[in-house]
Amino acid sequence: MKIIVAIKQVPERDAQVRIDAAGKWIDESNLQYALNESDAYALEEALQLKEKSAAAGGEVVVVSVGPERVGQTIREALAKGADRAIHIVCDDLGLRDALGVARLLAAAVKPENPDLILTGLQSEDLGLGQTGVIVAELLGLPHATLILNVEKTETGLKVKRELEEGWFQTIELPTPAVLTIQSGGNKLRYATLMGIKRAKMKEVRQLTAASLGVDAPPVVVLEHVALPQKQKSTQILPGTAKEAAAALVEKLKFEVRVL
Amino acid sequence: MSGVLVVVEQREGRIARISWEAVAAGQKLGATLTLPVSAAVVGAQTESFAAEIAARPLDKVFRVEHPLLARYTPDGFSLALHQLIQAESPACIVFPHTYQVRDYAPALAARLGQVLIGDVTAIGDGPVFTRQLLQGRLNGAYRPTGSGPCLISVQAGAFRAEAPEAGASAAPATVTTFVPTLESAQIRTTPGEPFRGGSQTVDLSSAQMIVCVGRGIKDAENLPLVQDLATALGAELAASRPICDNGWLPMERQVGSSGQTVSPKLYLGVGISGAIQHLVGMKGSQCVVAINKDPDAPIFEVADYGIVGDLFEVVPALTEAIKAARQ
Repeated sequence: MKIIVAIKQVPERDAQVRIDAAGKWIDESNLQYALNESDAYALEEALQLKEKSAAAGGEVVVVSVGPERVGQTIREALAKGADRAIHIVCDDLGLRDALGVARLLAAAVKPENPDLILTGLQSEDLGLGQTGVIVAELLGLPHATLILNVEKTETGLKVKRELEEGWFQTIELPTPAVLTIQSGGNKLRYATLMGIKRAKMKEVRQLTAASLGVDAPPVVVLEHVALPQKQKSTQILPGTAKEAAAALVEKLKFEVRVL
Repeated sequence: MSGVLVVVEQREGRIARISWEAVAAGQKLGATLTLPVSAAVVGAQTESFAAEIAARPLDKVFRVEHPLLARYTPDGFSLALHQLIQAESPACIVFPHTYQVRDYAPALAARLGQVLIGDVTAIGDGPVFTRQLLQGRLNGAYRPTGSGPCLISVQAGAFRAEAPEAGASAAPATVTTFVPTLESAQIRTTPGEPFRGGSQTVDLSSAQMIVCVGRGIKDAENLPLVQDLATALGAELAASRPICDNGWLPMERQVGSSGQTVSPKLYLGVGISGAIQHLVGMKGSQCVVAINKDPDAPIFEVADYGIVGDLFEVVPALTEAIKAARQ
């Protein structure tokens, strides 16, 4: 089974949020980046599927869109066990809408003729949660979202989909197909030293929007960003840990009345 | 039609509150754009739903009905709604931001050459749509620039669902049945019946006090720290998704959109940043207390009391202070 995993590099979770001079995005100058969490689970699912069908000779190919720095995250995916990678080098990711990014991915993935395309259910930065579904639409493939478990069957796939409030559902679908993976379905692996060494030798093919022939203006633009307004006036309890704890106990006793 | 079309979701025999909130958002958008507002409901038997929707101040209600729409599939729903949109050419389409909508609306938008603006929390003049970025740490203002219809989905709780006005002067909405052309071969996925995961032995929804732990706890080894706090308070211990994903606490203790929805008298968040998926599960709490080292964490936007500090110092101090107060 040939599996493509679309991954995204995102700012680390506890990165400090400072709005840039243009007010269009955050200041990226001192940011650290990481692999998007649900994409890490998509990669893990792909690696496990390949390992389960080792005899059939599967392949896991990661694909990512973004500037040069994305190469680091791609190497990490290769170190975990992906066989090769496609890097769509793109410095103007922020100017492309979800359809524009999905068009890049679809154009890069199509000639690969994969059996399965996996991606995380949503990114931690923009949180659109649409890329996988749009790629499926553009490639004319069936899809399922919020998937926790993938099983190969005679005719295709049997997947476990998460519904709201603790409910689940099993869905059967033919391959090739696109699945967006929810986090938590598997235990994530770490890269081994050997994996890190091997990753340096693996193929990373670089493509661009121009080489893929993708050039359409966005239909949705992010005009500006702002820090959220507080919904409640939070009373911050100051002082040392001990002082703050004592102040909170007073509040719990006399105002919230739960003690 | 060239108006606003709201797609109302029916599931398990009922229309959930978030769909009425989508209707409210549609009416707001209609007022902004001075356009009539209609609604659609998709399924195999939609008569009673349509009657319920028609009681709202709407122009038309479309029953998008076909036997192949009895169970939700992304193919069936996007094909059916695509045909309705082609026939009625609405200027804007509003959805509730549910798991179902997230599953098909992006594909439907792409088929129309558009992009869904998802998880919208506010509608401004223009129209400009606000949605959250970076897990709720930033708001983004999005503007549609394409020539086709604009599609948005609205976040749960962001718009106030008005009760239908009894004896309102406006005539009830006209109900029309729209039968899409569908063939079973076009529906490529086969959905199974929904089932509950695991044993739901912990009912957090009725808990009076909840101590909820998040990523800030760093390691499973540190959990006794918050367990001690919960025990001292007499509270249930709960967690955000990453803690349960790591297997540190069972899934049944998860609070958030994929876990349980809670409304205790006291919610005490420890090392929880407050991503929207978590906030939707706890914002009904009467009193929210947050302990976090990051003063910009979104949890402080909904907290009544906050302690900005190292949880490894604050939590033991708080446990001791509660024990002393209880004596």
